[in-house]
Amino acid sequence: MELQEKLDAFQQYIDAEEKIEPKDWMPDEYRRHCIRQISQHAHSEVIGMQPEGNWITRAPTLRAKKILLAKIQDEGGHGLYLYSAAETLGISRDEMIRQLHEGKAKYSSVFNYPTLNWADIGAIGWLVDGAAVTNQLSLRRTSYGPYSRAMLRICNEESFHQRQGYEIMTKMANGTPEQRRMAQDALDRWWWPALMMFGPHDNNSPRTYNGIVWKIKRAGNDELRQRFIDKTVPQAEFLGLKIPDPQLQWNEATGHYETGEINWDEFHRVISGDGPCNRQRMEHHKRVHEEGAWVREAAEAFARRRKAENLTEAIA
Amino acid sequence: MEHITDSQGPLWEVFTQKKSGQPYQHAGSLHAFDKEMALENARDLFSRRGEATGLWVVPASEIVAVKPGDAAPFFDPADDKIYRHPTFYEVPEGVKNL
Ligand SMILES: [Fe+2]
Ligand SMILES: [Fe+2]
Repeated sequence: MELQEKLDAFQQYIDAEEKIEPKDWMPDEYRRHCIRQISQHAHSEVIGMQPEGNWITRAPTLRAKKILLAKIQDEGGHGLYLYSAAETLGISRDEMIRQLHEGKAKYSSVFNYPTLNWADIGAIGWLVDGAAVTNQLSLRRTSYGPYSRAMLRICNEESFHQRQGYEIMTKMANGTPEQRRMAQDALDRWWWPALMMFGPHDNNSPRTYNGIVWKIKRAGNDELRQRFIDKTVPQAEFLGLKIPDPQLQWNEATGHYETGEINWDEFHRVISGDGPCNRQRMEHHKRVHEEGAWVREAAEAFARRRKAENLTEAIA
Repeated sequence: MEHITDSQGPLWEVFTQKKSGQPYQHAGSLHAFDKEMALENARDLFSRRGEATGLWVVPASEIVAVKPGDAAPFFDPADDKIYRHPTFYEVPEGVKNL
């Protein structure tokens, strides 16, 4: 078959809402697009464990500590589902980690902000997981089969993440004046980074077009961001907290909230490595990866020895 | 694409049974160095909320699959055998429990 015929057949298959599976023929650019998007998604899940991990030893109660541990463990699991999905496209786990360490693969810029007080853990669950799940609900319908299945599993697990965050915010917002101040401070610092998680405006996002045509992404960045804003603003009102945007207003005619412009300079600065915690996040990941090398080597040696023993037993 | 030996151990496919009596279904894949580690990792990854009553792990290299390009001719012997379906048959009027 000619390449053009193959491409047309591929597009028809996608337009019919069929899923692409690992061994199916796919255009090289589709494969690259999926590898880039899925591996960056995986890195985000794993790097995202750091800002929350910062509070495990200082959680205010044993209950809060157990919940936070379970939540962070889920995020590690999400990373593993996604790495496996990316591996089906022919890239190894090692290569993905190398790309992360060399700065060739990115992760969500939101995880480069620090967690300064306990209310930040509430704000992350409520806003960061809230934004992530808005994106992930849409991605359940992605055209790449293994990615879609990972999203289904992740969305099921995410439902508790946002609730536990909102529970912390509710307690803080209804607590002492000092707790209330911390809750507002956390919202002030996390609101805009959460909106940035959806990425640049679609007319400034060169990759959105291919992603949408191939149905790797099912909705544009701006549409998803709007969905998140519309459901989150009333939740802030319920807490009696103020969204840090003087231009925020309800538009009766469109049925949507309107917001001020995102600081895109900050977005580009943080994504290109110059946020408050970029270096710390990467150094931590590298150090832990290197410190764990002996475990992987020992496990490999053990498995080799086991195999040899089983062989001699079988012969004897 | 670059090919480098992976230091994460071989790939395993995981199948979970959600309730006793139900069939095992593919849940996903993971890396592990041996059978025991594969089972424990599978439990920690795919059944943190009691989603499984049973677990199978299989080395991914041992799985045999139909190639997507061969699927149509491979499965087509079943295409023209509509008499394998109950709807093919006419039940005489008035006959019950058939
Ligand atoms: Fe997650
Ligand atoms: Fe989450």
